[in-house]
Amino acid sequence: MAMITADPKDVPQVAAFAFTPESLAKARELMAQYPPGRQASAVIGVLDIAQRQQGWLPRVAINEVAKLLDMAPIRVYEIATFYTMFQLKPRGKYLLQVCTTTPCWLRGSEAVMKACQEAADGTVFSVQEVECLGACVNAPVVQINDDFYEDLDEASTRNVLQAFKRGETPKAGPQIARQTSAPAGGPTTLKGE
Amino acid sequence: MLGDKDRIFTNLYGIHDWRLAGARARGAWDNTKAILDKGVDGIIDEMKKSGLRGRGGAGFPTGLKWSFMPKEVKDRPHFLVVNADESEPGTCKDRDIMRHDPHLLVEGCLVAGFAMRAHAGYIYVRGEFYHEAQNLIEAIKEAYAAGLLGDNACGSGWKFDLYVHRGAGAYICGEETALLESLEGKKGMPRLKPPFPAGAGLYGCPTTVNNVESIAVAPTILRKGAAWFAGIGRPNNTGTKLFCISGHVNKPCNVEEEMGIPLKELIERHAGGVRGGWDNLLAVIPGGASVPLLPKSTCDTILMDFDSLKNEGTGLGTAAVIVMDKSTDVVKAIARLSYFYKHESCGQCTPCREGTGWMWRVMERLVVGNARIEEIDALYDVTKQVEGHTICALGDAAAWPIQGLIRHFRPEIESRIRARTTKMAAE
Repeated sequence: MAMITADPKDVPQVAAFAFTPESLAKARELMAQYPPGRQASAVIGVLDIAQRQQGWLPRVAINEVAKLLDMAPIRVYEIATFYTMFQLKPRGKYLLQVCTTTPCWLRGSEAVMKACQEAADGTVFSVQEVECLGACVNAPVVQINDDFYEDLDEASTRNVLQAFKRGETPKAGPQIARQTSAPAGGPTTLKGE
Repeated sequence: MLGDKDRIFTNLYGIHDWRLAGARARGAWDNTKAILDKGVDGIIDEMKKSGLRGRGGAGFPTGLKWSFMPKEVKDRPHFLVVNADESEPGTCKDRDIMRHDPHLLVEGCLVAGFAMRAHAGYIYVRGEFYHEAQNLIEAIKEAYAAGLLGDNACGSGWKFDLYVHRGAGAYICGEETALLESLEGKKGMPRLKPPFPAGAGLYGCPTTVNNVESIAVAPTILRKGAAWFAGIGRPNNTGTKLFCISGHVNKPCNVEEEMGIPLKELIERHAGGVRGGWDNLLAVIPGGASVPLLPKSTCDTILMDFDSLKNEGTGLGTAAVIVMDKSTDVVKAIARLSYFYKHESCGQCTPCREGTGWMWRVMERLVVGNARIEEIDALYDVTKQVEGHTICALGDAAAWPIQGLIRHFRPEIESRIRARTTKMAAE
């Protein structure tokens, strides 16, 4: 089961959490997408908003989400531990989610994982093994915060991470000469002929 | 071979503008009102005649599915839900639709929503697809601003609202009832069927859940006509299809091709061939991680459609072709999938919760030959006990790849066991 738990000793105490006015506005906009009385539908989205504000999800933030959505706190804890994108302890500035499922593994995700693990210091980079990210024709893939870095090997992974470390934001997408999911060297279809 | 004039996803690779102006120039939103004027029965009839079968994996006829919605709206509103929780290993086609041609999907939602008498639709996008969801949200905003969605969508008099709902990382939410649970703000645990979603789905209301590709092709089918779509491919396996070719090929890619294209042609024409040449091929998983693999001998001649693959004991699934050349440790490749299913089991049904972990642990031992020959049969037996004994198909999906491995590569597994036994005896 994809149950995410965090050992309490790894989790720093956070005294209080309050939504910023911007976060609250976004949360209310999301809640308005659902029929009256169905605001619980927004729970994943509102947890995500809280996580983006705080960087991770301390217990107090989860409680605040429960209060906003008028849900029992346990129902929100269930969500926060069921879905893998919720971080229940602090992480580095950049979260490296390395896909190692078979299509990525076939194309060398082990070497990519090695490069990521070597860079992971818990402050700038945290690393996490994840299941299929859904970009298999661009394997191996690492998701860094919201961006997919694709067609990686050990060397290009190191290059990307070094660029982040220098404070740059390397270009997301394929790290080889290639247009998105088209075959390398140019499409075999849709050539406008 | 399919010609570009018959391709639906003309901006598959994102070379052109994905926004409304670009989509319109490619033919999207062209007199959508005329499609809606065909009426509910006219649209469903045309979809049935086109032969379109669901593109999310199960291959259920789309028009027939739409017709299951109640004939009139009573006290409970109808909902359209689009499954964009694309997570099946090997599959990355819906991602390209959402980021590069989102208006095809948005227009499809209006047409499908209208045909099922729904005034609201939700598109459930997997959480990792952040930018894809943003493009989709942007496309929906453009559509509202242009009067294509909203109170009088496309001037048809039909009110239709469309929303994007982001997930947060759970393969199981690609199962339609788990998706509905998740959409209601709960853990993604599949529901028992019946009741089917068309009777009691989202919030207990009549709901139809469709895959992104099934919805996105609908407007083009209705514009060009059922006969056009039905004329591509083979009987009962009609139309065009997005294929995702990954693994040991020279040029992995997504491509839209005719249903029933020979696997070999698909790989050689579009993906630059198998690494090291066709004779270096070991096996192919033809339809995403859940379907049994095919040995090379079958790959030489197999056609890529629902019925051909079913006849070979596998399936088209999502048409995600995972290619493995002779350098592959095929037992390890399948063991990794077993780990995937163990990780993604929601834990609700005992055979799946316990079985996926058990199967994975045995698979890990088989990788190094640390087992007895009889355990292969025991493993096969357990896969048969998991299969069909769970609420949803995740149990089946975990069982099938292992069954395929044992069916086609049993000698390989046995030789590893013998090699290790011999080595242990010598030491």
